[in-house]
Amino acid sequence: MSEPFIRIEGADLTYGEEGGVLALQGIDLTMQEGEFLAVVGPSGCGKSTLLKLISGLRPPSAGSVTVAGQKVTGPLKIVGMAFQNPTLLPWRTALENVLLPLEVVEPHRRNFRADRRSYENKARQLLAKVGLTGFEDHYPWQLSGGMQQRVSLCRALIHEPALLMLDEPFGALDTFTREELWDALQALWLERRFTTLLVTHDLQEAAMLADRIIVISQRPGKIAAACEVNFPRPRSLDLRFSPDFNALLHEIRAKIDVARQVPLSLGAA
Amino acid sequence: MTARQRKAFRMALPWLSALGLFVLWEFVCVVFQVPESILATPTATLKALVQYREAIWLNAGQTLFTTLVGFGLAVLFGLALGVAIGAAPLLYRALGPLLIGFNAIPKVALVPILVMWFGIGTVPAIITAFLISFFPIAVNVAAGIATLEPELQDVLRSLGARKRDILWKVGLPRALPYFFASLKVAISLAFVGSVIAETVAANNGIGHLMLVASSSFRTPLLFAGLVVIAVLGIIMYAAAVVMERRLAHWATRGTDGGLHGGG
Ligand SMILES: Nc1ncnc2c1ncn2[C@@H]1O[C@H](COP(=O)(O)OP(=O)(O)O)[C@@H](O)[C@H]1O
Ligand SMILES: [Mg+2]
Repeated sequence: MSEPFIRIEGADLTYGEEGGVLALQGIDLTMQEGEFLAVVGPSGCGKSTLLKLISGLRPPSAGSVTVAGQKVTGPLKIVGMAFQNPTLLPWRTALENVLLPLEVVEPHRRNFRADRRSYENKARQLLAKVGLTGFEDHYPWQLSGGMQQRVSLCRALIHEPALLMLDEPFGALDTFTREELWDALQALWLERRFTTLLVTHDLQEAAMLADRIIVISQRPGKIAAACEVNFPRPRSLDLRFSPDFNALLHEIRAKIDVARQVPLSLGAA
Repeated sequence: MTARQRKAFRMALPWLSALGLFVLWEFVCVVFQVPESILATPTATLKALVQYREAIWLNAGQTLFTTLVGFGLAVLFGLALGVAIGAAPLLYRALGPLLIGFNAIPKVALVPILVMWFGIGTVPAIITAFLISFFPIAVNVAAGIATLEPELQDVLRSLGARKRDILWKVGLPRALPYFFASLKVAISLAFVGSVIAETVAANNGIGHLMLVASSSFRTPLLFAGLVVIAVLGIIMYAAAVVMERRLAHWATRGTDGGLHGGG
């Protein structure tokens, strides 16, 4: 087996000084290059914190994080990120929003002025892949929530990051839009195979998209359970109605309930 | 009413209300026989405006000049200070209380000091206009920069963006609507500052003209001065609004969409 792309060993993460909020405790996790991992768990359990830990935005207070063979000591520069809130810049068009990373990341940054046209073409192609042809010159307020989220996804991918971090990106969308975006994301992932971490509270979404699902327990967050997802790809939306799929959902559900039992019974006492 | 009529009505509304105010003012003066030495009627004020037009013209020019120079300095300094304290939390921590304390000082209390340093005339008026108007600009710009959504910062930092990149690509454009909003406040304040200084320590300017009018009981001229200041204030405010529409149109158009960020 090859050296994992991401290796977290015994990591804790505390917010604030010592005695602050212990958000993650004793995290051990490895991910292979190109793997798609979904992270589920109750709200406030530390899912977003796990993404910050891996991307180097927050240092561990104990343990270590290694990505691509390098110990993480500061923000990684190979990451694309998208959140529930699309956080597009309202003074930029969809196309200009997608171009933002190229104005910042080396080596594109250096070439940006000279190669602007080819970068723009690249951005247009990416927007086309998520179904936004014709909306390149629209401003964010002229786009629906689902379209904004597509633009946000393109912005996260335009610089071809090795690592994609998605923090409940489809959480605010209606069911149909969300399912369309699952398809779009899966197609992009099948094409490029970036290593992906997807935080979600939707078990269907996790099982639909991921190779593996981990469950994080109530704070302090620990990895309470893990579950392989072995459905062949590309996965169609019909998969949701198959018995295997529902059996898997039940299995995860049961693991989450077990993970929640300890804090819940404490709370009841 | 057709759409066009409605639009014309909306356009006329501010003029109608101004006219209404003058009519009411005139009416009150006439009905209650208020002596002209206490409250000049609009007609008397208008007469004074015509009669003293040369003096008013000259002094209004002076006031406009000191106001605009003071305001210009306030824009430069306020912008620089706002960017500095917005981008550097430590600096904000260090300077915040000082600035708030300074802002609480009535600027009229500084005029005697300025006179001691610079003598009476143009300089104290400019400085007072500056001192009174830079604060809202600095505070607004700083707020625009400092309230950047944490997620957006994460996006940029995980691209390897430097602090300067974040400020340049996101912080400053984001602060632009805050900046223009503050200009509207600041230009009005700048008039307050220059007129205050002129009434205390100047040989010309509308404030000085009013002081002279007051000491010689020319009440209509006094009110004419007020009207001139108000009109100048409205014109400058309108100029600030036009600039805002031009340069930060994305903030005033479409209130939903990307602007709600941050949660
Ligand atoms: N910047 C922060 N400072 C202090 N505490 C924080 C901060 N961010 C998150 N936390 C705390 O850490 C815990 C985990 O947060 P988070 O990772 O955002 O949870 P999730 O994404 O699973 O909802 C929560 O209890 C939250 O209150
Ligand atoms: Mg979260």
